[in-house]
Amino acid sequence: MNGKIGIALIGLLLLTIVVGLLWMPYDPNAIDLAHSLSSPAANHWFGTDEFGRDVLSRSMLGARISVLIALGAVGLAISVGTALGVLAGYLRGWTDRLLMMVTDAVLAFPGILLALALMAVLGSSGSSIIFALAIAYAPSVVRVVRGTVLSIREREFIEASRVAGDNAFRTMVRHVLPNIVPPIVVLATSLFGWALLSESALSFLGVGVPPPAPTWGNMLSASRPYMDVASWLSIVPGVCIAGTLLGVNLLGDALRDWLDPRRRS
Amino acid sequence: MTLLRFDGVRIETSGRMLLEDLSFEMASGEMLAVVGESGSGKTLAARAILRLLPPAVRQTAGRIELLGRSLTQMSAPELQKVRGAQIGMVFQEPMVSLNPAITIERQLAEGMRLHRQLPSDEIRRRCVAMLERVRIRDPLRCLKSYPHEFSGGMRQRIMLASVLLLQPKLLIADEPTTALDTLSQREVLELMVELARDTGAAVLLITHDLGLVARYTTRAVVLEKGRLMEVGTTQQILTNPRNPYTRRLVDSLPRGYGDVAEVPDSAPVVLDVNNACIEYPGRPGLFRPGAPKRVVQGVSLQVRAGEIVALVGASGSGKSTLGRAVLGLKPLAAGVVRFDGVDLTSMTAEQRRQFRRSAQLVFQDPYSSLDPRLRVQDIVAATVRNAPDADARVQAVLEEVGLASFGTRFPHQMSGGQRQRVAIARAVISRPRLVIADEPVSALDVTIQQQVLVLLQKLQSQYGFACLFITHDLAVVRQIAARVIVMSAGSVAEQGPVATVFRNPQHEYTRELLEATPTLHVPTEATRVSR
Repeated sequence: MNGKIGIALIGLLLLTIVVGLLWMPYDPNAIDLAHSLSSPAANHWFGTDEFGRDVLSRSMLGARISVLIALGAVGLAISVGTALGVLAGYLRGWTDRLLMMVTDAVLAFPGILLALALMAVLGSSGSSIIFALAIAYAPSVVRVVRGTVLSIREREFIEASRVAGDNAFRTMVRHVLPNIVPPIVVLATSLFGWALLSESALSFLGVGVPPPAPTWGNMLSASRPYMDVASWLSIVPGVCIAGTLLGVNLLGDALRDWLDPRRRS
Repeated sequence: MTLLRFDGVRIETSGRMLLEDLSFEMASGEMLAVVGESGSGKTLAARAILRLLPPAVRQTAGRIELLGRSLTQMSAPELQKVRGAQIGMVFQEPMVSLNPAITIERQLAEGMRLHRQLPSDEIRRRCVAMLERVRIRDPLRCLKSYPHEFSGGMRQRIMLASVLLLQPKLLIADEPTTALDTLSQREVLELMVELARDTGAAVLLITHDLGLVARYTTRAVVLEKGRLMEVGTTQQILTNPRNPYTRRLVDSLPRGYGDVAEVPDSAPVVLDVNNACIEYPGRPGLFRPGAPKRVVQGVSLQVRAGEIVALVGASGSGKSTLGRAVLGLKPLAAGVVRFDGVDLTSMTAEQRRQFRRSAQLVFQDPYSSLDPRLRVQDIVAATVRNAPDADARVQAVLEEVGLASFGTRFPHQMSGGQRQRVAIARAVISRPRLVIADEPVSALDVTIQQQVLVLLQKLQSQYGFACLFITHDLAVVRQIAARVIVMSAGSVAEQGPVATVFRNPQHEYTRELLEATPTLHVPTEATRVSR
């Protein structure tokens, strides 16, 4: 049931993105100062912002940009973090010590501060946000994955794999990886939410996606001065973020169960 | 006098019957066994006495009475006065049944503070006296210690002390020694019987081990799948079981010497271990690395083609570690392991690949040894997956172990015995020259044990692989092995043909082990612990 709600929400999101590629009611960046801050009505379903831009069109484009950034950042952080975590946890020894030292060093910085510093170096663009957030998140993935691998590697089927003549790489891919999927899925869904929010925090600090391109994050931060006169400016991107997070979490839980043969039967 | 009475007790969970109309009585001071395999409902029956059933499991009919008072209808505050004070319970897992965060003194004193109004120095005096009774050395120091400082056997003795301090009328012992090795098992059980006799407590011993039933109890209740099979004196049940299930249970116990032919001296030596030593890294200090701890000390042994050699010893004797080292899974600190005459450490890459296929391992725990995410056919195919006829071979070996239609199942969809068959299939599919079997049946029920042993024997004689069979169960050794090697504290105490060693043990340790092993001789007043 929850899985179906998740599929519905994510489906709606994807539909919005696809439709946005083909058609939007207005040019999302077209300024119309004569109609600034007009409330939701038949010609502007979600109203207009302080420059008279159509909020619906901006949300549709924002969906594409925000989701791409969050997906990219989480995908990169999870793949790099999982690879390093499995290596550290399975091989132990010097590999482990070295990787954990680097991980702990990165973890010592607050994530947002690190991302800010990286953005300053890389310049603000979509791909550098993805990169900065991935670096900020990867260490926590490494930690979680390594911890899980440490317990998996003591199970006897790992030893059985060695007895069967598998090399370390094959054991890691065939026996370790599938068994650490549940915590990774949970982690990925929660990171996805953090990524959406961090992107808005970076926008707020002026190093996010450069204007006038809309993201849900910078729409939300730009709406703050008008909260009392034009509440829809906050509500629309807020609902978008909340709905997407809910959808991702529900879908993540369903995915985790579906991937586990013990729960599938 | 009737101490405990079960009257038509029924336990269910969401419509499924777990225990059906169980009725029996138990007299004061009696030693009663509740016997059954996993899933028989024996633990549920015991837990129902104290109303400690797991959530969603309910007693739906019947009464349980203690000295004529119905425990089933008792109010919660009244029940709390009975728990501990009149009925004590010892659990199976000594490693987790003591609270690791508080001292032994607090755990021992807790019951007395709850149930007896006593000054604290009197409580302490009694604790010390009781620890002395359960033969804990230096009881004063023990009181200040934490559970992790003790071995499993000692913890179970401490547990026993904490329960018996309150002098309960009934002691429920739920598989109290299943997690312990043979020698500690004997120590704990004899103490339990002795203390129960002294304090006048009756003992309800829940076990799957008929050997313990024969040795320590006078009457037994046999359960199967929640149904009462038979109640009677131990002697009658073991010598003249009336119920077909009970008969099967008694018959499935390994007894006597199996029909095992010794292989001739001319048979090629497959495994040759010479003076092997194995070390574990010790606990490192702040600035220095830990001194390595030797767990195997100069062991030499040989296994010939077509031979089953049993390796026995208590837990911690290093037998499993040796089994791993023989397969190259643990490095040797000194000594040599030769496989078909080739030193493991000097193997070429190609020889090593060959070795991986020809030396296999069957694990003790069929729950942890199979990857939960793979199907049975993929698990079994591990060593032959690159062979062109892999699918056919998987199917053939699954038929041989009696699991022809199980290829697409996942491990969690199978019973323990079936899982162990999968593990055996995985080991023999590559036609190995050597199989190390590490306690392959000790996690299984008695009737299943027998089936798995027979299967292993059949495959062994069919394919003639050499087998090093690691176990702590001497009855199993008698049944399947030609030669036995007894390990004690990391070195070989004694080795030789099974019959010779068992009939005339030379080493003190072997004698103790034989003495402590419960066997199914017809119990007579003389052999049973006198009461």
